[in-house]
Amino acid sequence: MIFYYLGWISIIFGVIFNLLGALGLVKFPDLYNRMQASTKCVTIGTCGIMLGIFFIRGFNQMGIKALICALFILFTMPVAAHALSRGSLLFGTKLWHKSVIDKFGEDKKGYSQISKEDEAT
Amino acid sequence: MSILIITLSLAAFFSLYRALRGPSISDRAIAVDIMSILFCGITALMAFRYNLPYLLDLSITIAILAFIGTLALAKYLEGRHLDD
Repeated sequence: MIFYYLGWISIIFGVIFNLLGALGLVKFPDLYNRMQASTKCVTIGTCGIMLGIFFIRGFNQMGIKALICALFILFTMPVAAHALSRGSLLFGTKLWHKSVIDKFGEDKKGYSQISKEDEAT
Repeated sequence: MSILIITLSLAAFFSLYRALRGPSISDRAIAVDIMSILFCGITALMAFRYNLPYLLDLSITIAILAFIGTLALAKYLEGRHLDD
């Protein structure tokens, strides 16, 4: 019976995290802040929902599918977010004017290093 | 139970707002990505609420498509160096 309540708790936890992640997507001033907030919260939120379904449904058809979806999202969402932020950095979208640290901008050599890497591969 | 589905669709509306308004291309890309992962959650909740196990295949497919779409756009963004 404990799994039933644990499942419900993690479903509600996931929905709340999803809502906060989407709210962060709206409220934050800059692309990279938005990306930071939304991808993390939505990943944890959706995995929480899937885990909750797995806890309630147990090991039957629906539970296993929910588990597979949770694992898939947990692995692929950070990769997509990283690729998108790297792409938008190279594309040249500016940081927020009040942002304090710009590691990519400081390390100008880093940029030429990245393009050198592209030619090498 | 349907309250949870409604709140998830409210979150999808937030990301729709960011997708429509986002100044740069990547804003729109990340908003669409987040929206599809939210749809993945919505279909999972509907599968759980109405007891339809085949809906969960839908959420796995949406997750795969979202991942590939974001990677394709990131690859496209990388190719056009505007700032050098």
